[in-house]
This record gives sequence, structure tokens and C-alpha cells, in this order.
Amino acid sequence: MGELLILLYIFVLATLAGKEVISKVPPTLHTPLMSGANAISGIAIIGALIVTGAADELWVKVLGAAGIVMATINVVGGFMVTDRMLQMFRKR
Amino acid sequence: MESNIITQIAYLISAVLFVSGIKQLSSPATARAGNARASVAMLLAIVVTLLDHEILDWTAVLAAVVAGAAIGGILARYIQMTAMPQLVAVFNGFGGGASAAVAAAEFLRAGGSGPSLELGVGITIVLGTLIGAVTFSGSLIAFGKLQGVVTGSPVTFPLQKTLNALLFLGVLLVGASLAHVGVANGVAPVFGMGALEISGPFFAALVAGALILGVLLVIPIGGADMPVVVSLLNSYSGIAAATTGFVLNNYILIIAGSLVGAAGLILTQLMCKAMNRSLGNVAFGAFGTEGQTARVKTGQRPVRDVDAEQAAMVLAYANSVAVVPGYGLAVAQAQHELKRVCDLLEDRGVTVRFGVHPVAGRMPGHMNVLLAEADVSYDKLLDLDDINAEFDSTDVVLIVGANDVVNPAARDPDSVIAGMPILDVDKARTVIVMKRSLSPGFAGIDNDLFYMDNTLMFFGDAKDQMSELVKEVREA
Repeated sequence: MGELLILLYIFVLATLAGKEVISKVPPTLHTPLMSGANAISGIAIIGALIVTGAADELWVKVLGAAGIVMATINVVGGFMVTDRMLQMFRKR
Repeated sequence: MESNIITQIAYLISAVLFVSGIKQLSSPATARAGNARASVAMLLAIVVTLLDHEILDWTAVLAAVVAGAAIGGILARYIQMTAMPQLVAVFNGFGGGASAAVAAAEFLRAGGSGPSLELGVGITIVLGTLIGAVTFSGSLIAFGKLQGVVTGSPVTFPLQKTLNALLFLGVLLVGASLAHVGVANGVAPVFGMGALEISGPFFAALVAGALILGVLLVIPIGGADMPVVVSLLNSYSGIAAATTGFVLNNYILIIAGSLVGAAGLILTQLMCKAMNRSLGNVAFGAFGTEGQTARVKTGQRPVRDVDAEQAAMVLAYANSVAVVPGYGLAVAQAQHELKRVCDLLEDRGVTVRFGVHPVAGRMPGHMNVLLAEADVSYDKLLDLDDINAEFDSTDVVLIVGANDVVNPAARDPDSVIAGMPILDVDKARTVIVMKRSLSPGFAGIDNDLFYMDNTLMFFGDAKDQMSELVKEVREA
């Protein structure tokens, strides 16, 4: 249970840190913020890589690989489309 | 945690890069660098994970990565900016789906090899699967609504809330017994059964229940409430990722996941505030039904309508113009024509600014992206409070495809939109409303603004009328 408690500490503190920095993002950038956050939620790829890499059974591997595909779409698509949007925000 | 110290330090660096990258999003000048920084953080986390863990089957892993990267890259490269809300909805869904897949794979692995699961791990596997699957199916429905594949009107039926509540309870019960079965796994072999044979059906029921729940939670929500739904699902996808971090004992998953969870939660709160409605009201209120629209009688009162030439005169001889764009502008794809009108006005020495309501468009900040795409400088995009301070001294307000967000009825305590923060356009000297007809907006109520003495109605399709306006302003 001690390990779980440490994880809970990290979860709560990271959420608070996130709230702090994200509150400062202006409304103009809310769409890029959301698609950027989306890309970051693709962090699930880490989990998918660990599970798939260690898989010795077919179904575990299939599920893990499906996880990798979905998470990679999220990561690559999310960061790319956010960049595409942000390069349009220019000051003249 | 079994990972070595170098991996842990790399994860820590990655976490710092994520947080500081998001921090750079607080200004349009540094935002692009911030996004790049976050992507470096992700790459670092991925590479370190691959080096740290023994990968039994590189072919499967690499093939999956290449396939995902190709699909994501193509989507990101070719998506229209007007379709951003749909894309984000789909990405949310994949994020949730990935987390659910990881949790399910962990379940199979633990169940299949037979060791008893600790209660904590059991709970987190159940939660990860539940949240991930709800996010997945809910996001797909949100995508369908935004894309027009699923009806944008709220879908309601008798006892809907009761059914949702029962289903939710049922899923929780199944989840709880599953987490408990996890503890009892050690007992299973005594009865000559594999642990998976006992818990497998429970798990299937959990996944099915969660998928149905995701669908049922999103279908009663109306099309214009989508900014809230997309924000909320965004938050879920982050929380789902964080939950898999609990399952796998992985710090970076928890940190990055909770950052996203916080982002989605903040945006959800902001969107609700911008509509002066509680999250519960958005989720269960089935706002904007057909019935509401049908009750309204419009066009009973006289309005002053103008043609392009007259509108151009009013605009061209003003000192200051504030443009209020709404979703109608995006639907008509008229943002480039609008920009041309504004350029011509600025050439004549007119000050032009844009007032953007937080819920304009179909996701938070959507209108700003569309205007940025049309080459509008970001320092001219003012948010609600800033533009409201300016209307007193503004000569002409040009409203394009917006309705409820400029409806003075919000100041009337008896109105259905009472208390919703609006753009106080009626404080300007003259208001030009470009709209197809007098038909009500999403809230289903008439707009007194249209009938006021200083309001000019400029009817027609936004794109056609903007092109006309370009011509007329040039000649004015």
C-alpha cells in the first residue's frame, strides 16, 4: 500500500501543478492547448509499449499493439496538428 | 519500481519538459516552442522506455508505431481547421481506447499466469478499463455529432437518467467484484479453474457496460454544448492514462496523465461558466431541444434591414469597428472574406478588432484558430472582458453568424439564458447583424437585439454577403 500512496501523492501534486500552469493559458490558445494536451494523453503509449514488449501471449500482444497504434495516432497527430495551428498565430 | 535509476531520471526530465512546455502555451509568441518542448518530452519518455524494458517482439512494436504515426500524421496534415473539434474528439477517443487496451492487457496477463492480484492493482485495472472505455465510446459519439453523422439534437427517451444511473451502478458493482475476484485469484486453482475463467466474463461485462455508458452519457447532449463535452472527454483521457500509470507503477504516465486531466477539467469549468450552466445541467439538461425552438414566434416585430451597399457605407465611415464572429461564420466558411473586408477597412484608417465569446465555435478557442488561419493578427483577438470594456466607444459592431452570445435577454432574470455572460454589443452606436434569417439560436429564444433602433439586419449567406461587402467597401 505504501507504493500506491506514493503514486497517489504524485497524481495529486501533478494535477495541482497542471492546474496552475494551465490556468494561465489565454482563451485565444484554448484549442491548441486542448489538442496539445491530447497529444500528451498519448503518454498511454508508454504503458502500451511496456505491456506489448513483455507480452508472451497472443491476446496480450494484440491488445497491447492496438494500444500502441491508438496512442501513437494521438501523439504524432496531436503534436503535428497543434504545431500546424500555432504557426498560424502571428502578430502583424 | 523495478526500472533503473537512469530511466527514472529521464522520466523526471520528461515531466519537467511537459510542465514547462505547457507553461510556454501561455503566450502565442512562445506557444509553438512549448508544443515542440512537450513533443521532445514525449520522445524522451518513449525512447527511455524502449531501452529500459525487454522487448520480446520488436516487429510487432515497431509495426504498431509506424501504423499509428502514419495515420496520425495524415490526419494532422490534411484536416480542415473547421473540423478541429471532430479531430480532437477522435484523438480523445483513441487516448481513452489506448488506456483501456493497456489495462485490459494487464488484466489478461495477470489472470492468465495465475498470480493473485493485489487489491490496489485490481482496482486500478478496473478503473483504467472503465474510464478508458467510457472515453472511447463517448468520444466516438461526440465525433459523430460534430461531423453530422449522429443527430446534433439531444437524444432523449423515458427513464433515461434512471437507466444511466442503474448502468453506472451495475458497472461499478461488476468492477468491485472483479477487483475482489482479483484478490481471490489465489483460491481459484483449488476449484480446478483458471483465474481467468472466473473473472473473464466479469471483465467482458465491465467493458461492454462501460462502452454503452459512454454512448448513453453523450447522446442526450445538444450540438452546441459540445465544447463542454469535448473538454470533459479530454480530461477523462488524461485520467485514464494516469490510471494505467497506477497499474504499471509508472511515474511519467501518472504525471503526464494528470496534467491532461487538469487541462480538461479547467476548460470544462470555463465553458460551463461561459454559458452560466452547471456541469450537471449540460450533462443531463438536454438543452436546445426541437420543442423549444418550435415555441418561438419570430418576425412579429419590424426590423431595419440593409443591403451590402448600405452596410459598407456604415462600416467604411466609422472610426472603430468590432467584429463578433459566431459559429455561423465557420459554417459558411466566410472567415477569409471577412478578413478581406477588415483589411479594406483598416486601409481606410478604421480600427478593427474582434470580440470572441468563449463558446463561439464547437470547442474552446475554435473561433480564434479559424481567424488565425485567415491571417488575423492575434493581438486583435479580444476575449469577453476586454472587448466588453470597448463597446461604449465603438462606432459599429459587425456580428457574423452569432446569436445567443449577443442576446440581451441574458440580463433578464426570467430568461432561459439568464446570467450567461454576453458580449454587450448593444452599447455600441450601431450594430450590423449578418444572418440568414431571424430564426432563433441554439437556446431557442428570440433576440431583442434584432429589433433595436440602432440595429441593422443584413440578411443572407455569410460568404456571399461578405464577398458583396468586399466589393462595396472598395467602392465606398
